[in-house]
Amino acid sequence: MPQLPLRLKSPITSLVGSALLILLGLVPVAATVLDDPFMLTLFTRVVIMAIAAVSLNLILGYGGMVSFGHAAYIGIGGYAIGILAHHGINEAWIQWPVALIGSALSALLIGLLSLRTKGIFFIMLTLALAQLVYYLGNGAYAYGGDDGLTIQQRSSFGGLIDLNDKESLFYLCWVLLVLTLWLTYRIVNSRFGMVLQGAKSNDRRMATLGFPVFRYRLTAFVIAGTLCGLAGILTATYTDFISPAMMHWTRSGDLIVMVVLGGMGSLFGPLFGAFTFLMLEEILSSWTEYWKIVFGPILLLVVLFARGGIDGAMVRGAAGYALTGLVTLFAMYIVHYLWYDDWMPAAIVLAVAALAIVAIWLRQRRTGGQHG
Amino acid sequence: MKVSTLLRVTGALAVSALALAAAEPAAAQAKKIKIGFVTTLSGPNAAYGVDMRNSFELALEHLGRKMGGIPVEVIYEDDEQKPEVGKQKTDKLMQRDRVDIVAGYIWSNVLLASYKSVVDNNTFLISANAGPSQLAGEQCHKNFFAASWANEQNPMGVGHLLNQKNVQKLYIVAPNYAAGQDMANGVKATFKGQVVGQDMTRWPDQLDFSAEISKIRAAKPDAVYVFFPGRAGVQFLTQYTQANLKKEIPLYSVFTIDGVTLKLQKDQALDTFFGLFWAPDLPYAANTKFVTDYKKKHKDTPTFYGAQSYDVANLINSAVVATKGDLKNKDAFRAALEAAKFESVRGPMKFNKNHFPIHAIYQQEVYKVSDSEYDIRTISKIIDNLEDPSAPKCKM
Amino acid sequence: MTLLLVEQFLNGLQIGLLLFLLAAGLTLVFGIMDLVNLAHGSLYMMGAFFAAVLTEWTGSFLAGALLALPATALLGIVTEVIALRNLYTRDHLDHVLATFGLILFFNELARVLFGVGGMAIPLPDSLLTHFEILPGLPYPTYRFLIILVGLLCAGFLYVLVQRTRLGMLIRAGATNREMVGALGVDIKLLFTLVFGLGSALAALAGLMAAPITTVQIGMGDNILILALVVIVIGGIGSIRGAFIASLLIGLVDTMGRAFLPNMLGTVLSPADAGTVSEALSSMLIYILMSGVLILRPAGLFPAPGR
Repeated sequence: MPQLPLRLKSPITSLVGSALLILLGLVPVAATVLDDPFMLTLFTRVVIMAIAAVSLNLILGYGGMVSFGHAAYIGIGGYAIGILAHHGINEAWIQWPVALIGSALSALLIGLLSLRTKGIFFIMLTLALAQLVYYLGNGAYAYGGDDGLTIQQRSSFGGLIDLNDKESLFYLCWVLLVLTLWLTYRIVNSRFGMVLQGAKSNDRRMATLGFPVFRYRLTAFVIAGTLCGLAGILTATYTDFISPAMMHWTRSGDLIVMVVLGGMGSLFGPLFGAFTFLMLEEILSSWTEYWKIVFGPILLLVVLFARGGIDGAMVRGAAGYALTGLVTLFAMYIVHYLWYDDWMPAAIVLAVAALAIVAIWLRQRRTGGQHG
Repeated sequence: MKVSTLLRVTGALAVSALALAAAEPAAAQAKKIKIGFVTTLSGPNAAYGVDMRNSFELALEHLGRKMGGIPVEVIYEDDEQKPEVGKQKTDKLMQRDRVDIVAGYIWSNVLLASYKSVVDNNTFLISANAGPSQLAGEQCHKNFFAASWANEQNPMGVGHLLNQKNVQKLYIVAPNYAAGQDMANGVKATFKGQVVGQDMTRWPDQLDFSAEISKIRAAKPDAVYVFFPGRAGVQFLTQYTQANLKKEIPLYSVFTIDGVTLKLQKDQALDTFFGLFWAPDLPYAANTKFVTDYKKKHKDTPTFYGAQSYDVANLINSAVVATKGDLKNKDAFRAALEAAKFESVRGPMKFNKNHFPIHAIYQQEVYKVSDSEYDIRTISKIIDNLEDPSAPKCKM
Repeated sequence: MTLLLVEQFLNGLQIGLLLFLLAAGLTLVFGIMDLVNLAHGSLYMMGAFFAAVLTEWTGSFLAGALLALPATALLGIVTEVIALRNLYTRDHLDHVLATFGLILFFNELARVLFGVGGMAIPLPDSLLTHFEILPGLPYPTYRFLIILVGLLCAGFLYVLVQRTRLGMLIRAGATNREMVGALGVDIKLLFTLVFGLGSALAALAGLMAAPITTVQIGMGDNILILALVVIVIGGIGSIRGAFIASLLIGLVDTMGRAFLPNMLGTVLSPADAGTVSEALSSMLIYILMSGVLILRPAGLFPAPGR
């Protein structure tokens, strides 16, 4: 797939992406109006996971580096905060830089070791190194081991922002998400980003052209790790808790699913992916304990029929359908909010969604579809 | 086309938002007691969550779905055995459903991830299983109660049992996580002989225990003591039986054999020794009623997870009755919980100052009811009024 | 001490061969169809459940096992035809996502079909015996059987891949898929057959492990990671590599668990040694894999042509 510069891509993605960002920015207002603080809690998690997914997308989507150990940095960022807080150091001016530098250094180390390999070997090597970090956390008995560690006091910014206030925390996360997206945009459209994307499609050519591909990749890997460490800081702050479970390999898998679901190599793709993934999880799991029997086939259908994820559907001109999908989600969430104990609405919405998918597929078949 | 789609979308959103705003106030009223119950309802250990839910529901039926004359609503949430999911479900119960009391929790890591947002919000949290030593000790909290046990309690009972059986050399195997550590330390706290070996195994995904079993054989201890909850218990017992060691080296355990695992362990669980605070055949009226009706309704024997959940419901009921349904007065309600004036299925119990129970531990065994049916029965009382060792560390 | 060493060696061998049964199917499918099938672990689970149900139904472990193999192969073929066939031309990430979805589906399906409690396969008395391999060292018969089945299976696969026409096609397909298709071989059918074979191997692994580990929902999820480690160390598509790597992993893991605590016990207190050695032995496998990949970025036995 040729990698076009971002601004040449379908504007609909940017439009929907910006709209979603603005809608997310309005969540605290909605939560106040509806008197539903949980809404804020849920969407704080969505925003934090979106930051992690965007950071993964930088190396996975743009750089072609499938890291199966990205959750390790969430853990490293989180543990840095938790351990410092455990020893009574609560100043964010110390905690945050330590966490970010820690994530950057571990990303540097992991990158140095793993970037020599390619394909599935790279996937497995990043997994292995992340597993080592996981077992390190598991064995850290001073910090709770497998049970994890409660953070008794959130980091203090010396009165600048009060992280104990739910809305302040949400807006901090939201602003950081916007900044992360902006940074990604700048990186991707810079010379550095072009080399990175060039190396994804043909690294030998880039090397022949005289670019030190390894160093470019390593730099991108470290940036992604650091940004993901930021997501780790926020996760630890928001949950007041750290445990090895936050860097279990399935968490890394979730991040990959979010990116692929939303659309790799698209600026807003990971945002769509994180949003869709977490909303589906929240809604379906409240409707039935057997929610995975629905969620699994949805993933399969997305892969089979919506190539390039949600973003891909939009770029291919199926913006209406992708939008319908996102709106269906919002509608489901609202239905769920009002009658979430009931099976019927779930069944109806799912049946409609399934019909829509089949209809789209049939239509594409009839019109010859857009293969490519 | 695209613009019109966008318009339609915006319209739909606006309408839904209106509908939402209109429907909201209706939900907030109606005087009732709301209880949130967090447990594991999916994944390999879902059987325990289901048993807890069944038992809690049975208790409510026995109470006529009312406590002190006020209707009760229970919201069950699935934690998927993951700390962060449990935490999010707990937040949801607190912030959206605005429950009066949160209960449940099988796993200590899920409980530890969740408890802060409950107790900090001045809401009561009652554990129906997990009893991590931190919460019994330094991190004890006035709003946290455990209707189950403290981790070390049951193994301490087994330690006494080992002394009574005159065991001199003991080998310990337990999984390497916090509860595993507590269970190993508990037995060492009361066992008077010599511990000749101790293996901490990988948790939760170690499937093969052949390396450990070979070491046990080589160490030639008088007895081996294990703690393997859930499916790990089936795996260990199967492999220990297959290694043909059960006659040579008697097996002592805690929380390794229960109603759910017994369906798979069958003969393998015969002729082993274990101690617990509760058994299905304890001769107390509340227990007989619980077990009989559970068997009638679900054609199955309840596990200790279920027994604890049944107790949680009755404990809450006792406090609601004592305070005449005034859940706003937290201090009075707390005092009523502390009094524990209810018929526990385990017989006499009272709360220690750290809000963990003081109760007896019984020696139990598995017996054959019929060719395909097995059950657990009590042999004797090992020790009465056992306190957990973390209580002195609690400043409350 | 020597006896213990021999016993632990056998334990490691047995775990390694169990792992090989699972990894062989995975590496076949990966090597030939270039398909990352995370749902291989689900087939392992379904195979074990089928064996448990069929054993209960027929009353014989052997009959249950023999019936479970074609049943799982059939399930695999159905899955391949419905879902996975359309994925061969996609990239690995699409495979990961789609088969991850399949894992979720199969786990819940098993729960709906077989209940939450899991199942056990009781061994017949003839397999519950022991015999002394060395004086003073009894070893369970069933664990011997696992070693035997693992070795037989390795031999069978060697003959199949190296000596038969199907094996020739498999090797050719692993090296150059398009060329085999151009030569007039029905690639679709070949792939479906290979997938069925892979599923049967997964089921064999599952039903051999079941009497030891019991049958549980999600039993394939964690062991799948181990199997992936094995095929990556061995080199994708290489049966020989998978064989050697599984034995390596089995031995390293068992020896680590068996002897690390004692070795560390000389410098640490026994309780600390237990904890530290457990954490270390969990890491050993991943350290091993990292080491292999850092030194040989395509595994020990990279298949030619890739």
